[in-house]
Amino acid sequence: MTPNQIVFLVLAFIAVMASAGVVVFGANAVRSALFLVLNFFVLGFIYFTLGAQLLGITQIMVYAGAIMVLFLFVIMMLQLHHGPQLKKYQDAKRPLAWLIGLGIFCLVFTQVIQKLSMTSQSPVTDEYGTPKAVGLVLYSTYSWPFEVTSVLLLIGVVGSILLAKRRI
Amino acid sequence: MVNDVPLSWFLGLGMIMFCIGTIGVVVRRNPVVVFMCIELMLNAVNLTFLVFARYGIAPGQTLEQATNTAMGGQMAVIFVMAVAAAEVAVGLGIIMAIFRLKNEADVDDMSVLRG
Amino acid sequence: MSQWIEDIAKGKDAVLFGIHMYGPGVLALIKVLLLLIPALILVPGLIWWERRLLSWMQDRIGPNRTGTITVPDNFPIKGLRGKKQRTAGLLQPIADGLKLFLKEDITPASIDRKVYFLAPAIALFPAFAIGGTLPWGSAYLPFGDAVGGIYSLLTPVANVDIGILYVLAISSLGVYGVVLAGYSSNNKYSLMGGLRSSAQLISYELAMGTALASIVLASGSLRMTDMVRVQEQALWGVLPAVQNWFVLTPFGLVGAVIFLICMIAETNRAPFDLPEAENELIAGYHTEYSSMKFAVFFMGEYAAMFFFSGVFAAVFLGGYNLLPLNYEYLATHGWNFLGQDMGGFWRGMAWFNYWAGPAIFVGKCVVGITFFIWLRATLPRLRYDQLMGLGWKTLLPLGISNLIIVGLWIVATKLWGIGGGWAAWAAAAAVLVIIYLNIASLSKKDEMAFGGRSVEMKDPSPRRTVKMVDPNKV
Repeated sequence: MTPNQIVFLVLAFIAVMASAGVVVFGANAVRSALFLVLNFFVLGFIYFTLGAQLLGITQIMVYAGAIMVLFLFVIMMLQLHHGPQLKKYQDAKRPLAWLIGLGIFCLVFTQVIQKLSMTSQSPVTDEYGTPKAVGLVLYSTYSWPFEVTSVLLLIGVVGSILLAKRRI
Repeated sequence: MVNDVPLSWFLGLGMIMFCIGTIGVVVRRNPVVVFMCIELMLNAVNLTFLVFARYGIAPGQTLEQATNTAMGGQMAVIFVMAVAAAEVAVGLGIIMAIFRLKNEADVDDMSVLRG
Repeated sequence: MSQWIEDIAKGKDAVLFGIHMYGPGVLALIKVLLLLIPALILVPGLIWWERRLLSWMQDRIGPNRTGTITVPDNFPIKGLRGKKQRTAGLLQPIADGLKLFLKEDITPASIDRKVYFLAPAIALFPAFAIGGTLPWGSAYLPFGDAVGGIYSLLTPVANVDIGILYVLAISSLGVYGVVLAGYSSNNKYSLMGGLRSSAQLISYELAMGTALASIVLASGSLRMTDMVRVQEQALWGVLPAVQNWFVLTPFGLVGAVIFLICMIAETNRAPFDLPEAENELIAGYHTEYSSMKFAVFFMGEYAAMFFFSGVFAAVFLGGYNLLPLNYEYLATHGWNFLGQDMGGFWRGMAWFNYWAGPAIFVGKCVVGITFFIWLRATLPRLRYDQLMGLGWKTLLPLGISNLIIVGLWIVATKLWGIGGGWAAWAAAAAVLVIIYLNIASLSKKDEMAFGGRSVEMKDPSPRRTVKMVDPNKV
C-alpha cells in the first residue's frame, strides 16, 4: 500500500458511503442532500489527486456550492409550504431496482474493469489540469461547443424564469 | 507525479456510484431525491471521464495522443457540469411548478399528460 | 545594519530561524498555525473593537469597565496602593466568552439532532479555510525578481494555481452552516432565515465571481501571489513610481465596489443581515442556539469578516504593501529632496515594507473590518426585494459589463499599446453608459405608462378598521 493508494481508498470509502446515504436516507430529503454534498466534496478531492486542479475546484464550487444549495433551497421551500408526506407502500420497484443496479455492476465489472488492468501512465504531466492548459484548449479547439453551452445556459435561465413566474 | 493507484480502482468507484444512483432513481419517489440521484450518476460518469483523461487510452501512446485524450476528457467534464447546472435550474423549476399546481409529492402519481 | 538585514533576507533568514530544516509536513503545519493562531487571537479583539467603535459612532461609551486593574493594599510600592487603572474594556471579550461558556446549553425539543449539532461546525470551517491561499508576506525580495526570504517559505498556506477560485469555492460552502442551522432548529423563523440566506448567497456569489473574474483577466493569473505581484507594476502602465493597485484602476475600482458589497452580503452583515434580522426573525438561523454553539456561529462570522477583508486587501489593495509606491524605481530614479539624495531613504522604505508585510496585511484586514462596523452603524437593513434587486439587477449587470470592458481593454492594449487600450476602455465605458441611460429612460416611461409602479401590490383582503368606542358612553 502506497500513501497514494491509502488516500484514494479513504476518499473512495467516504464517497461510496455518502452516495449510499443519498439513497438510504431518501425519506428525509435534507439528509439525502447533505450526503450528496459530502459526496461531491470528496469527489473534488479525488479530482485533485488525479491532477485536475481546475476541475476539482470547479466541482466543489459548482456542485457543492451552487447546485446543492439550490436543491436545499427547494427542499426547504417545499417543507415551508407543508408539502404532503409520501404514503408508504411496497411494489415491485424495489427488487427491480436491485436487479438493475446489480446487473449494471456485474456487466461493467466483468466486461470493462476486469479486462482493463491497465496501470500504465499517460505521458502527460500534472500540468494538464492547470487553468492555463484547460483554458488554452477550451477557448481554441473547443470554442464552438463552449459557445453552444453558453446558449444552453441562456435557455436554462429563460426556461427557469418561465417556469417559476406565475404570470409573465 | 507518478500516480500508483490502479486505473480499475477509480473505475470501480465510478461504477459503484453509478449503480447506487440507478437504484436510487428507481426506488425513491420524492422527485427532488430522484433528481439528486441523477446528479450522482452524472458525477460518476464525470469521474470516469477524468480518470481516462489522466491514464490515457492505450499503453505506449505518443505525447500528442495523450494530451488530446487528457484535454478531451476534461472538456467533457466541463460540458457535463454546464449541462447539469442548466438542467438543475430547469428541473427544479418544473418540480416547483408541479408542486404548486398539484401539491403532490410522488413521482409515481405524476403520470397525467394534462395539467 | 542594513547590510545585515539584506543578508538575512537573501535566503539566510530561513537559516536563522531554522525553518529550512523542516520537512514539507512540518512546514505545512507551521503555515496553518501561523494563519489560524493570529486569527483566533484577533477575533475577540475584533469583537471588542466592534463594540467600542459602534458605541462611539452612536454617541455612547460602550464597554469600558471590564479589565479595570485595582492595585491591592499590600502592594510593595506605597503610592500605587488602591489605585485603579482602566484598560478601556479590553477584557470584555474574555468576559463575554466566559459568559457564553458558562450559560445553560439549551437544546430545543423535536429538532433534527445530528444536523443541529453539525451546523455550527460546518459554519466555522469555511470561515477559517478562506485564508488558505492568502499571501500575507512578500515571496519576492525587494530589488530584483528573486524568490526567497522567510515569507516565501511561510506565506500562502497553499500557493496553488487556483487561488482565487478556491476562495470562491470555500466561501460558497459557507452557506451550509446557516441553511442547516435554520432547517434543523424546527422553528419557522430559523427556517425563514436559512431560506433567505441561501437565496442571498447564491445571488451575491455570481456578482462576486464577475468582480473577481475581471481582476483575473487584468492580472492574467488565478494565483494569489501573482495577483499581488501584478499590482506592484507601474500604475496604468504609465506611472512607474506608483504601484498599480487595482483599486486605483478604473475597472478595478468598479470591481472593488462590487466585491465589497458582495463581501458584506456573503458574511451576513448589516445592511444585508436579513438571515438574522432581529426585528423580523428574532435572530434568524441562530434563534435556537445558545451558549457555546452560538459562540461558534459568532466566531465564524468574525473570522469570515477578517479573511474576506484579507481577500479584498490582497486582490484590490496591493496585499502586503503599505503605500502604492514602487520603492525600487524611486531608489534608482528618486527625486532629490531639497538637494538631499533620497535613494537611501527609499531603500530603507523598501526593506521596511518587506519586513512589515504581515503587520501591514493584518492592518488592512482591520481597516476592512472597521468599514464593516461603520456600515453597520450607518445603514438601515435592506428590504428583501431591494436586496435581490441590488444583487441581480445592479451588481450582476455591472460586473458583467465590467468584465467585457476589461476584455476589450486587454485586446486593445495588445493591439495599439497602452494609450490605445485606455482609449478603447473609455469608448467602451461611454457606450455602456449611453446604453444604460437609454434603458433607464425607457423603463421610466414604462413605469409612467403603468401608473407609476412597476410592481403593483394588491391586497385582496378587506382592510380592517378599528372602531373607536368612547369608554364613557359604554
